[in-house]
Order: sequence, then structure tokens, then C-alpha cells
Amino acid sequence: MPSLSRETYLNIFLSLALLVFPFIATAMDEPFYITLATRVAILSLAAVGLNLALGTGGLVSFGHAAFFGIGGYAMGILASHAQTYTPIFTWPFVIEGTNQMLIIWLVAIVMSGIAALFIGLLSLRTSGVYFIMITLAFAQMIYYFMISWPTYGGEDGLSIYVRNQFPGVNTLDPSSFFYICLVLMFAGLGLSAMIKNSRFGAALQAARQNEERLAATGIRPFNIKLTAFVISGMITGLAGALMADLNRFVSPTMLSWHMSGEIMVLVILGGVGRLYGPVVGALIFIIFEFIFGGMTEFWQFYLGLVLLGVVLFARGGAIGLLAGKARHD
Amino acid sequence: MSTTLLFEQLLNGLQYGVTLFLMAAGLTLVFGVMGLINLAHGSLYMIGAFACAAVAAATGSFWLGLVASIVAAGFAGVLIEMLVIRRLYDRDHLDQVLATFALILILSEGCRMVFGSFPLYLDAPGFLAGPVTLFGGFQYSAYRLAIILVGGLVALGLYLLITKTRLGIRIRAGEADREMIAALGVNIGTLYTIVFAIGAALAGFAGAMMGAIQSVQVGMGEPVLILAFVVIVIGGIGSIKGALIGSILVGVVDTLGRVTLPGFFNLFMDTAAANSVGAALSSMSIYVLMAIILIFKPEGLVSNNA
Amino acid sequence: MTDQPVLEIQNLNKSFGALTATDDVTLDLKKGEIHALIGPNGAGKSTLIKQICGQLSSDSGKVIFNGRDLAGMDVADRARAGLGRTFQVSSLVMEFSALRNVMLAVQSKLGTSYRFFKNVRGDKSLTEPAMAALKRVNLEERAHIMTAELSHGERRQLEIAMALALDPKAFLLDEPMAGMGPEGSKKLIGFLDELRHEAPILLIEHDMDAVFSLADRISVLVYGRVIATGSVEDIRNNPAVREAYLGSAA
Ligand SMILES: Nc1ncnc2c1ncn2[C@@H]1O[C@H](COP(=O)(O)OP(=O)(O)OP(=O)(O)O)[C@@H](O)[C@H]1O
Ligand SMILES: [Mg+2]
Repeated sequence: MPSLSRETYLNIFLSLALLVFPFIATAMDEPFYITLATRVAILSLAAVGLNLALGTGGLVSFGHAAFFGIGGYAMGILASHAQTYTPIFTWPFVIEGTNQMLIIWLVAIVMSGIAALFIGLLSLRTSGVYFIMITLAFAQMIYYFMISWPTYGGEDGLSIYVRNQFPGVNTLDPSSFFYICLVLMFAGLGLSAMIKNSRFGAALQAARQNEERLAATGIRPFNIKLTAFVISGMITGLAGALMADLNRFVSPTMLSWHMSGEIMVLVILGGVGRLYGPVVGALIFIIFEFIFGGMTEFWQFYLGLVLLGVVLFARGGAIGLLAGKARHD
Repeated sequence: MSTTLLFEQLLNGLQYGVTLFLMAAGLTLVFGVMGLINLAHGSLYMIGAFACAAVAAATGSFWLGLVASIVAAGFAGVLIEMLVIRRLYDRDHLDQVLATFALILILSEGCRMVFGSFPLYLDAPGFLAGPVTLFGGFQYSAYRLAIILVGGLVALGLYLLITKTRLGIRIRAGEADREMIAALGVNIGTLYTIVFAIGAALAGFAGAMMGAIQSVQVGMGEPVLILAFVVIVIGGIGSIKGALIGSILVGVVDTLGRVTLPGFFNLFMDTAAANSVGAALSSMSIYVLMAIILIFKPEGLVSNNA
Repeated sequence: MTDQPVLEIQNLNKSFGALTATDDVTLDLKKGEIHALIGPNGAGKSTLIKQICGQLSSDSGKVIFNGRDLAGMDVADRARAGLGRTFQVSSLVMEFSALRNVMLAVQSKLGTSYRFFKNVRGDKSLTEPAMAALKRVNLEERAHIMTAELSHGERRQLEIAMALALDPKAFLLDEPMAGMGPEGSKKLIGFLDELRHEAPILLIEHDMDAVFSLADRISVLVYGRVIATGSVEDIRNNPAVREAYLGSAA
């Protein structure tokens, strides 16, 4: 490549802006902005997860809230048990709660991965509209389950008193927690970029474009798609754990289909299949919510109009507008 | 559990199933004919309910409200189809999902702007307010019974419309082959608008009827929409017959699950635990049903290929 | 190694509703040969290929490949077992370059599709074999062109390159010459002539010159039935074939 593309410049600029953001917010004396930026980082990560399935693999999942919420509940359940010093269960062996982020993340990733495996096994037997409706339905099943299961707060959700801990970092400091989330967001971006360029990524892109060809080449599309779906769910699940930690609260709202729609909207606002699409999408979303949410309680009405406009008239999303058509190789 | 209670719940399930069918029929028609997935179908249900509640409150007549619900939802359907939906027929499913998701945001928030966040209440007409006595002294809500009957009639009407009328023949031809019907000189754009409006009117009608049982509020269409999706997945996309079978199945399984599962777990658990486990599991029952059907018949019970 | 055929097709049947697409088809493919399958449009040739590859399930009958019954194996299994096929209507990954299409076949051959980290760009273990396959079909100069921008004939060549990269034990080529200009066809004929020694070829082709110059054996499919199998001479002189198929042409 002779020169960097405009998209690359945009990505570098965004990365740097996010890195120095806490200093700017502190200089402006607006610490709340750091919380907003943390939400951007976390939502980006959630959308990075979806983008792997949707952008790279063409799997239009309308049920990613399931993984986001499962990640959130992994945090809520572990931390609430740690808070009350009661074990989660005692039979056949004892499992205690924890307030260590590292363990919580691991549990969130594993649990959402398992959920994605089951949902994927069933929904990937179908394709097209069926896939959309089935992922939506299974997410809804988990949503209703958490609402009607009283142990962890049912409809009211679950609060924890203090943010969980990370070795050597004061997580109560907003900037520190922001950087934790930012590092994970970059890790997620790096991972998804690596996957996209790998052999697996090649097979996944082929699965999106021409399943028949992939199979005739000797690679089973189902297994490729299922693997991608599970990785995608795991990334979104990790984001869910972070979001619950940020809010110190998890409720079925995280599992609702509006959440699924929102994560998908992030991907689309930024630009489907673009590496930084999720980041740009999350940024636009949070800024939009902040500005219009402050002006009118009906801000989602305007969000709907913008989204409709993007889908009908600007399919490349914001990056498409800023940096032109996607490059292929 | 007594037989009367069981029978009552069975009828409740049937009533719920009939309502679901009115939703699912429109969705599956629109998908079968135009190949479009419409998430905003639940918003049309909501529009019907609000139109009915508003007109009933203004005129004092539930019946006028019911007419208004059909007119309002049908009209909204025409408008939405002409402004947005017809740009989506040639797009992929992702675009359809996003655009119709955007429509939900617009319609829900728009409705909130007009009617506010508090639920409206809609009363069933006087002569249907009480119970009716069926055979053997068994009593059941007259209104719910009326829904079952009306829903059944609509299902029959839809069947006749599709199999016997000229419009139905065109709809089925459109399903089979877009070019063919265009070649026959039928204006495909108008046909699509009509199909969409029929689906919308059915959804609005369902919303109005349910509005007298539940409260009328923003977002009321969404749970029904998702159940209608489950119905379609179970029944097979594009098939009215599948939608009917799926609706009744989902309505009955959901309703019976809610009343029988806690009792079932009570057999080997204490009541509190049984109630919570039963409630949690019964909320999942129809999805489990869907999963089982998917394992054995990924294309749904009534495959469209036949 | 005995003289057992590489590929044996036994009594394959397939109906689409009332239409019988393949009717009790039995034929085989021996080591080192080109077995041409000819027949009028709609005779069921492509259907047969799809049945062999597992893309369509057969109503009855068996496919035996290298002594192994392929029943229960899906398309990917059969490709990995060594069936290299090309599609009648090119079926390629359109947003990939020609090279990356072939690289996909190479990674499948190597069994390394579940590697998540290493970048495929510049990965010699993929690019070199892929380039070599492209070279064999004279497409190396077009390696970095997006498939969507390749000409019809070039896509046909790319299909063959992908099959080559799989290093298959038998080729199933569905009208490889179609859309390939006279020059390209001539080159391809020369190429297939050599290729048969690497792995036998079941060749569907409408270009009779190509068939008569290449085939060791010819089978004629009409309405899903094999009405004759034999050498080029046999088929030329077979009255049933003349009547049913070559009819006016002969
Ligand atoms: N999926 C299908 N469903 C229904 N009918 C089919 C299907 N595939 C093929 N057919 C029919 O089966 C018959 C055989 O088709 P096939 O494609 O095998 O013919 P062919 O010999 O390859 O013809 P051609 O030389 O035109 O490629 C045709 O009548 C075709 O219309
Ligand atoms: Mg053919």
C-alpha cells in the first residue's frame, strides 16, 4: 500500500482522541464526560462482537442482547454473592461469589459463549429471515426467564454497592475504569481485525458471500458460522459485564430486544464491516443521546428518523460518508 | 387442578392464539408476497388499540372505536408502505430489519408524544362485559368468547379471500413469481400496498380487541410481535395455514404452561420454590416448543415448498 | 492398487416432483481417463454431478469413491475426500481476488481453516500453492483482480484453479469450456488432456469437438437415462444416440 487510506487516518485519530479524552474532560471540569466515554468504549466493544458475526459473517443476529445481558448478570450474580458472603450454590460443590473483575470477565465470556453455542446450534440450521426471528426469540426467552425468576431481582434487577476490583488499579476512579474499558475495546478491535485477516476470517467471509462455494471447497459453512457466532457472543458478553460494572446495576433491560436493536444500530451507524464502525457508531449514538436526550424526552423519535435516513440513503454509515467506499483486496 | 379451570385456561389459550393469528397472518402474508420482514408490525397493533381507545372515549361507542382501529391501522399501513416499505423490497434483510426498527422508534415515540406515557383504558361493550354460561353451567367471559368467534371468522374470511377471490389469486401469483404477475398486467405496486394494508388492518383490529383486556400503552405491540415471530417460525414462513396452526399452538401452550407448571413442580418442591421455578420455566415454554420444532422441522410445520 | 474404478455411480435416482431428473444412472470413472457425459439440455447431467457431490440428496443409489461409500457425507466431506468439482454457472467468492479464492482451497486442503491469528496476506504456505494453481490455468496475471471484475471465461478458469488447488482424486467438470472463446477452449483442451493423468475427469461438455478429441469414453444421458456408454467411435455410430441426441447434427 503506498499511502494510508482516509479510513486509517480516521481510525488513528479516533484512537488518540479516546486515549487523551480523560485529560480533556478533566481540563473542562466535566468528569461526567468520562462516564460517557466509558459507555462509548463499552458499547463499542459490544458492537465489535456483533460486527464480527454481522459484518464479517453476514449473520444478522437480532439477539445479541442475550449475550450482553448474560455478561451483565454474570457480573451481578457473582458480585452480589460476594457482597453478602453467601455462596452461589453449595451442591455438588461450593461456588462462591467474587468481586474480582478478571474472574467476572472470564465467567461472563464463558457463559455467553455457552449461550451462543446453544442459540447458534439451533438458529444456524436456518438462514435469512428465520435466523433473524429465531435469534430474536431466544434472546426474548432469556429476557422473560430473568423477569420471572425472582432470585436475582426479577424485573427490578440487581444492584451492587461498589465497583468490582482489578489488581493494582483503583477502579473507583472514573478515569482508571475508563482505561480498563478502553484497553478491552482495543483488544476487541485488534482481535476482530486479526480474525478477519486470518484463515478463519477468509472462510467466514466466504461463508457470507457464497456458502455453496465454501462447502464445495471442503470447508463446512455451518461450523465456521457457529464458531464465529460463539466468539461474537463472547465479546458482546464481556462488554455486558463491563456495562453492568459501570452502572453497578443489571436488569432484564440489558436483555431486551431494544438492546439487541441498539447494538445493531451502532454497527450500522458507523458502517457495516468496517473495523472502527462500531466505535464510530457508539460515539454517534452516545453524543446523540446526550445532546437530544437533554433537549427532549422523545429523543428516540429523532434517532429513528436518523436511522431510517441512514438505511435508506447512506448505507455506508458514517465512515462511508467520511472515508468513501470500503476497500477490498 | 379442576377440569373447569383447565377448560377455562384452554379457552384463554385459544383466545390468545386467535389474537396472535391476526398478527401473524399479516406478517406472514407480507413476507410471503413481498419477501419483507417487518418489525414495525407491532406498532400497527398499537396504533389500532390507541385509535380504538381514543374514539371510544370521544364517542362512547366501542364499536366506532373498533371501526376506527381498522381504518387507522390500515391507513397507517398504506402510508408506511408508500413512504418507506416499498424502498425496502429490493434490499437485504438487514436493511429491512433496521429500517423497520427505526419505524418502531418513530411510531412508539410519536404515539407517546400524542397520547403521553400513561396507559389508556378501554372497556368492553356493555353486553359483553359479563360472563356467559356455557354448557353444564360453565361460565366464561363473554368478551373473550366473542374474540374467539370473531377471530375464527376473520381466519375463515382470510382463507376465502386468498383461495377464492381474484385478489387472492393475484396475491398467490405474486408469491410464486413477481415477473409473472407483472406480465399479467397487474400493477404490482398497488397489489403490494393492498397486501400491506390488509396486514396492517388485521394487526390494528387485534390491538383494539386486546386493548379491552390489557391496557392500551406504548410498546404494547412488541411482546405480541415477538410471539407472532415464534408463531411464524413454528408454522413456516409465508403460510397462512401454518400461521393458524402455530398461533393456536403457541396460545395454548403458553397459557397452559403458566397455570400447570407451578403445580407440576409443587409435586416435588415446596410451594414458593415451585412457584418461582414454574413461573420461570413457563415463560420459556413456547421458546422450548420452537426449539424442538426447529430441531425436527427447520422449515416449520407447514413447509412452503409444497 | 487394483484396477477398481476411482468413482462408481450405481443406480442413482433423483426426481423433482413428477420430473425424473436422473433415472437409474450407473457409470464409472477409471484411473487416467476422461469420461465425457453428454446429453441435451435438461437431460440431468448437472443434477448427477450435484448428487455425486452431495449437494442434492439422491432418492436411491450409491456413490462409491476410492472404494468408499459416500452415503452420509455432506458436500464439504466429499470435497475433502477428493472430489474436485466446477460449477456450470461459476460459483465464486465475488469480493475476493482470484488469488484469495484459490487460497481458500489451499487452506482447506491443508486443513487449517481454524487458525485465527496469522494474516493470510503474504502467507507463503497459502499464496505459493495458490499462485501455482493459477499459473496452470494461465490466470496468474489476473491473480489480484477482484473476482467480480473477471470476465466470464476467466471465472471458468478460476473454478478449475480452485479444483486443482484441492489436489483432488477425481475431477467433476460441468461445462468448463462454456463462455471461453475458441482460443481459451483450445488451451483448455490441451490442459485437460494432461490433467487426466493426475486424476480422472468426469467431463460434461456441449462442445462436441472437445468431447470427441478428449474422451476415452462417452456416456449419453437422455431424459435422465444413460442410453449408451462407449468409445468415441461406438457413440458416433450408435443409432439410438443419433436418433435421440445427435439427430439433426449428425
Ligand atoms: N432444484 C430443482 N428443482 C426442480 N427441478 C430441477 C431442479 N434442478 C434441475 N431441475 C430440472 O431437472 C432437469 C435436469 O436438469 P439439469 O440441470 O440436471 O440438466 P442438464 O443436463 O445439466 O442441462 P444443461 O445442459 O442445460 O445444463 C431439468 O428439467 C431441470 O429443469
Ligand atoms: Mg447442466
